[in-house]
This record gives sequence, structure tokens and C-alpha cells, in this order.
Amino acid sequence: MKHWWLGLIVAAAAVLHLLVPWTPLAELNRTAPDSAWLLLTEIRLPRTLLALGYGAVLGMAGASLQALFANPLASPDITGSSSGAALGAVFASYWLGLTSPLLLAAAGASGALLALAIVVILAGRRSDPSVLLLAGLAVALASGAATSLLLALAPSPFAFYDSFDWLMGSFVDRSLPQVAVALIPAAACCILLGTRRRALDLLALGEDVAGSLGYDPRRLAIDVIVLCSIAVGACVSVCGAIGFVGLIAPYAARRLTRGHPGQAMIPAAMIGSILLLVADLAVRFGPAGRTIPVGVLTTVAGAPLFIWIVVTMRRRVTA
Amino acid sequence: MTSLLEARGLSLHGRLLPTDLDLAPGQLVALVGPNGGGKTSLLRALAGVERTSGHVRVDGEDPEASGPGRRPYLTTFLPASRDLVWPISASDVIALGLPMPDPRRVSNLIDILELGPLAERRADQLSTGERARVLLARALAPKPKLLLLDEPLSNLDPYWMLRLLEILRQTTQQGTAALVALHDIDRVPVFDRAILMDGGSLAADLPPVEMLDSAALAYAFRIERSASGWAVRRSADPQSSP
Repeated sequence: MKHWWLGLIVAAAAVLHLLVPWTPLAELNRTAPDSAWLLLTEIRLPRTLLALGYGAVLGMAGASLQALFANPLASPDITGSSSGAALGAVFASYWLGLTSPLLLAAAGASGALLALAIVVILAGRRSDPSVLLLAGLAVALASGAATSLLLALAPSPFAFYDSFDWLMGSFVDRSLPQVAVALIPAAACCILLGTRRRALDLLALGEDVAGSLGYDPRRLAIDVIVLCSIAVGACVSVCGAIGFVGLIAPYAARRLTRGHPGQAMIPAAMIGSILLLVADLAVRFGPAGRTIPVGVLTTVAGAPLFIWIVVTMRRRVTA
Repeated sequence: MTSLLEARGLSLHGRLLPTDLDLAPGQLVALVGPNGGGKTSLLRALAGVERTSGHVRVDGEDPEASGPGRRPYLTTFLPASRDLVWPISASDVIALGLPMPDPRRVSNLIDILELGPLAERRADQLSTGERARVLLARALAPKPKLLLLDEPLSNLDPYWMLRLLEILRQTTQQGTAALVALHDIDRVPVFDRAILMDGGSLAADLPPVEMLDSAALAYAFRIERSASGWAVRRSADPQSSP
């Protein structure tokens, strides 16, 4: 394991995330140890696991999509798959009346897959970075608008209100079964994506070279797109869409792998976990009585970084 | 004849008519032909990148049935494109060509291609000619039995054009067969054999000197020998040509 120290930081961040704020936990432990245990396992643990797992999914999916599209700006949110997943989950929940978390996860995955498929059809697999961005933007806008429309016209008059916490990206008040529904398929997909590391590194030399060395680029593309869609869709159906982590984590990870896009996948997963754990810790220190969805924080913090990447890319092109 | 490469009925829809090809071990073969003649299509079909029909055996093995751990030792392909997207160093690009890490082979190739000062620089920021050498080193890295090179000489200065031909000769002396697509037909005499692709099929397969004097070459390229080398064939009449 080359980047073991990242694993240590992940573990430290997870423990911190589980135990902070410490005071209520310690006090409860003094008065009612059973309740303290419940607080830890039923309320805090699901939240920690979701931050850890969803962060890893975003890092991994972002890194593999960037490697696949040969584009440092690709990510689950920018290719429209996160918003496609949200649309799928909203449709299944408010229009089909599905309540089973597993079916909602399947609907999320289908939405993500559909969105990503449309982007690939519009932009092609290895197009100009800006074409992919535009196609992703179009799909993200369209599915965002469709989601709002479905919520506005939903049979339930409270759809808009109660979807807010869900779709803005939050780990609060999720149950362990929901965690399982999000993270078991996501973990399986991440492991399978991880086995494509070498193929995605070779894709850096072009599709023809990868193909001549025994990695069929078409099959690789389908594998990556399907696996990313399932992983992202399952997480979005439980926590909503979270932006920018899938863009930033691989960007940082490639600095550790001397630019190799495939090798960056596992470090990107770990950096994604760290980012979401820290972000979700940070929102606990917001104004008392108010909850800031963690997705809002990542977007606020991530947008300037995104702009910076765009600017450095432009410089590279004009230089 | 003991052939290293045995290709039968290779075709690519609309670009390559069914083609057979045999190469002997150690053969350095020039692949010439006009733009769109099918040179790249033949190389891609041989490399297993894209193919409608046919089969390829390299030293009796089917490269496509062998896994990614074996295939680079059978054949490698250098496409004409020199594009690189990611900021990977030159030495890392060469290392990507090896199924197993082998730092000694990488530094050996860096020496052969005189890439020492560039080895740690980002390959995507090198000049096109420098990048061409890095990418060639990647293809040479696993010492494949069959080398398929598409325009390895383009973008190279005269020193490197000559040096590269030397390197290819040294490589084939170790038993590798190399099929090298070229635009510059004046380089053909240093090869062992020349193959002419025209209209998506194999139009001629001759010793190099005979190839340059052949009617097939003159017809395919629409040029003719002149006092100063080559000249455009003005009197070209498609009806009377072979």
C-alpha cells in the first residue's frame, strides 16, 4: 500500500467524526450509558459511515470518469450523473410511491446511468474537455429542472419541503439499513472500479494503445460508466447530490501518483472520504439550531477550486 | 517458411479489403502507400485495435486471446497520434509499456533514445519530436516479437530519423519483426522488404529497390522518377496503368 498514511488520516477523521462533539456523548455516558451507546451506534455511526463511504465513492467515480474521458474536469456532478440520480430517486419516491430504500437506490442508479449515457452520446468518449462540460451542464440543468417540476406537481403537497434535506446532500437522520443500501452496492462497484486501474492508466496513452495492449476501450467505458452510475446513484438516493468532492479529490490524488489517472483512483477515494468527513464535521459548528446541508458547504468551498482548475487549464492550452 | 507473423483475411469494413500477411523473424518491413491507402488500417487490424474479420498469430500465439499480461510481449503498436493528456513524466510513460515494473529496462531505453535530460519532465509538455521518441520507447519497452509502428519517423529531425532507423535495425537483429508505416519513400532502401497499400488492399510486396522502381508505386502515388528524384506524374492515365 503506497499511500498508507492517507488511510491513517481517513481513520483519524472517521473517529473524530464519530466522537465530536464529545461533551454530549460524555455527559450522556455518565447519566445513561445505554442511551450514549444508542446515540453512538444509531445516530452518529450511520452518519460517519455515509460520509466515509459517499466520499470514497465520489473520489473513486470522479477519478475513473476523469481517466475515462481524459478530462480533469469530469466528475459525477459535472457529467450530470448526480442530478440524474436525484431525478430518478424523486420520480420513484413521489410519483411511483416507492418507499423501499433498495428500490430508490435502483431508481437513483438508473437515473445516473441514463444521464451519463446521454452525456456520452452527446459529447463522445474522448471529446474536447469543453464539449463534455457543456453536455454535462445541459443534462444537469435538464434533470434539475425536471426534478423541480416533479416535486412541484407531486401528489404530496409537502414534496418540496421534505425533499430539501434529502436532495441538498445531508447525512443527518439516516438509518443503518439506509446506510447498507447506499454503501454495499457502492463498495462492490468501487472494488470493481479499482481493478480497472491499470487499464485506465494505459488509456492515458490513447484508446488505440490501450486496445492494442489488451484492454478494449469500449468495454472499459461501459464498465466504468455502469459502475460509477450504480455507486453514485445508490449514494444519491440516500443522501442526495454532493458537489465538487468528485472533482477535487482526483485532482489532489494525481499529485500523489505522478499524474497517473488510474493509480489515482484509490488515493482519490481516500481523499474524498477525508473531505466529506471534515466537511460534515464543519457543518456541526454552524449556527445553533440550524443545519447546513453538507452538500451546500462542499459546493461553496469547491466552486473557487473549480474555477482555479479551469483557469490553469486555459493557461495550459494557450501556453 | 517460418513466419513470425501470420495474418489471414484481415479486413476492416470500408477501409481494408481481406488481406493476408506473413513476416519472418528479424524482418524490417516498410509499409508505404498514399494517404488513405490503408496503411494505418492494416496496422490497427494487426494490432487488434479494430477489425471486421480475420485472425492474427504471432509466433503461433493469438495476441487477442492472451491477456494484458502477455500481449505486450507478443506485439506493441505505436499509433500516429502523439497526444497525451495527463501530466505523466517521460520515464513513467515508458514504464507504462511494461506489464511488470522493470526500472532497468526503462533507464536502458532512456539511454538508447537519449532522453536522459527529459526523463523527469512531463511528456505532455515536450516537443512533438521529443514526445515521439518517448512514445516509441514505450512501444519498444517489452521487447515485443512484432512491432507495429505508424509513422515513427514523422516530426523527427534528420539526426533522429537516421538514429531511429539504426535502433529499429538493432531491434530486428534480435529477432523482432517490425512493420513500419512511412511517408518518406526515400527511406525505403534501408528496409528488408517493402509493402505497398493502395485502395485498402495490398498492392505490391517487393524488395525495397524494386519497389521504388515499380509501376505499382508510381501508379499508387501518382508520381514518377525524374532527374531530381521524384516528380508529379502529369500524364497519368488511369486506363492504361496496371
